[in-house]
Amino acid sequence: MSGVEGYMYPNEITLYWSVLIVLYPFITGLVAGAFILASLERVFRVEAVKPTYRLALLTALSFLLVAPLPLVLHLGHPFRSPEMYFTPHSTSAMAMFGYVYLWYLMAVLVLEIWLDYRREIVLLSQSSKGLLRLVYKVMTLGSSNISEHSLAIDERVGWIVTLVGIPSAFLLHGYVGFIFGSIKANPWWSSPLIPVVFIFSAMVSGIAGVMLIYMATTKMRGGKIDMRCVDATAMYLFYIFIIDFSLEMLDLIHRIYEADESFRSLNFMAHTQLFFSQIVLQICLGTLVPLVLLFLTQVVKLPEIARKYMYVISGSLALISVFAMRWNVVIGGQLFSKSFLGYTTYKMELVTREGLLVAIALTLLPLLFLWVLVKLLPPWPEKSAHSPAAAD
Amino acid sequence: MNISRRKMLILLPAAAVAWESVLAGTPEASPNYKMTDHWWGMLIDVSKCIGCGNCVRACQTENDVPDGYFRTWVERYHVDDTHLENPTVISPDGGKEGFPIAKEDAGKYFFVPKMCNHCSDSPCTQVCPVGATFIGPDGVVLIDQKYCLGCAYCVQACPYGCRYIHPTKAVADKCTLCYHRITKGLTTACCESCPTGARQLADLKNPNDPIHEFLKTHNVQVLKPQMATGAKAFYNDLDGSVR
Repeated sequence: MSGVEGYMYPNEITLYWSVLIVLYPFITGLVAGAFILASLERVFRVEAVKPTYRLALLTALSFLLVAPLPLVLHLGHPFRSPEMYFTPHSTSAMAMFGYVYLWYLMAVLVLEIWLDYRREIVLLSQSSKGLLRLVYKVMTLGSSNISEHSLAIDERVGWIVTLVGIPSAFLLHGYVGFIFGSIKANPWWSSPLIPVVFIFSAMVSGIAGVMLIYMATTKMRGGKIDMRCVDATAMYLFYIFIIDFSLEMLDLIHRIYEADESFRSLNFMAHTQLFFSQIVLQICLGTLVPLVLLFLTQVVKLPEIARKYMYVISGSLALISVFAMRWNVVIGGQLFSKSFLGYTTYKMELVTREGLLVAIALTLLPLLFLWVLVKLLPPWPEKSAHSPAAAD
Repeated sequence: MNISRRKMLILLPAAAVAWESVLAGTPEASPNYKMTDHWWGMLIDVSKCIGCGNCVRACQTENDVPDGYFRTWVERYHVDDTHLENPTVISPDGGKEGFPIAKEDAGKYFFVPKMCNHCSDSPCTQVCPVGATFIGPDGVVLIDQKYCLGCAYCVQACPYGCRYIHPTKAVADKCTLCYHRITKGLTTACCESCPTGARQLADLKNPNDPIHEFLKTHNVQVLKPQMATGAKAFYNDLDGSVR
């Protein structure tokens, strides 16, 4: 049979989880990582990363709004998906998705953004005109009290929300990892390390993503990149990346040394079908190269322009690495037979519901959402300072 | 009867819906079947299977299984003396049309019929996000296809590769142990069609079922016991190389 090598159980030849399921953990990872970067400033008072704080929150929200779309589009019966909320199955890891998602969206992200922007929203609702005025009016939720006392309460509550948000971000992405890690039938997935690896790789992608978005948007606006901020962000990226890589290597070494019944199968796969995506993209190009570059920025005094280029290259490669990691988990986990006797091939479609074009559209959609959010709630200090002034 | 064009346009869609309902039919009732009186399983005697593919064909006909997917299939193992852990396995079209003549003389050949194991601790029912797949009080793992989301999580969770997503219904599908038959006192289509009696439907709650005597006196195993799924497809004479 074409695309099959050795023996697959006959129902295993088709892959049931496509590139959309690769996107799902990639997108939720960006959300969790971006939020954790934002919390560095809010909870841990890392002043250097402050310029990215609001941008990180808006980035997290943009990606979170898109996060369920790949899942829903993948379902055989998307319109039945509300059943997960109404009649969840208590033993299913997947059933909790709706609740974890809603909790994170409404109780953490939206609330924190609203509290943080409330003053601006109120002022903009007074200074804007036409439809925009109505939009801001709705966003005030009927509260126009921006007295000092009221803003102090916002600040305090916002801090608590962020504090709750950190474990929530871990929960959101750790849970995504658990969906895979708890499948005992699949040795490629079944590991208690998977949720932890997912969390750290999420932080890598989120920090890298926000760093790149910050640099790109600042450049587009003709502003000056705050190097103190980018240096600090890159430093966190470097440390988290080391932890992430160590965990992944621990998992790999453990598998190689233990060499259980599935090892021959998985080892063969890593040398053939997954060679490019795992060895070349994920490990060599996506992890080792950025780690070396980031290491150099930490130990060698480099000129600003060189650091900028190195950060852009490292951040982009880190994103590629994390995407490749998601690919290797989701697609790689379905390429071998549970009989450990054969391999199949993933044939990605182009224009179908689960095809490449939809995947590209879903990857770009959060950037569109981010553009709208940035227009609506400018995260730049000068803009937010300007608007109240205009209102006054 | 005088029907205007306007009336006809209104009546036609209604008639189409009604006709579809007639075609679908109402589920047959089984008034004498009491679920709690049964605990179904299957006995598969590897030494009796001749790889004729009758069971696969019967299952596909009985249950309208789509081409390329299988509720049951038959594998042929070839275990070489020097590669006990790495057998060569084939199952051309699920073994539906039998198997080609074996070329090599060395080692041993045998057939292994496969199907849903109707596990009592089934990982597939555990992971279903809406409980659309469930184990009944009679031990049969079923799917409510009107409720299934088609997320394929159960397909991933089954260690035996017994589930698939139906290509046209877009829901999970698998062996129902011919539930429409066994609730009427019949046996399954695969058991019915097996010429050698390699498959036997077993009711573990029935003290008179020969399964009890068989389990006591034969070397019976389940597939992948390390998965701890409580599989109820019992294999007699199962070779250690079978996965």
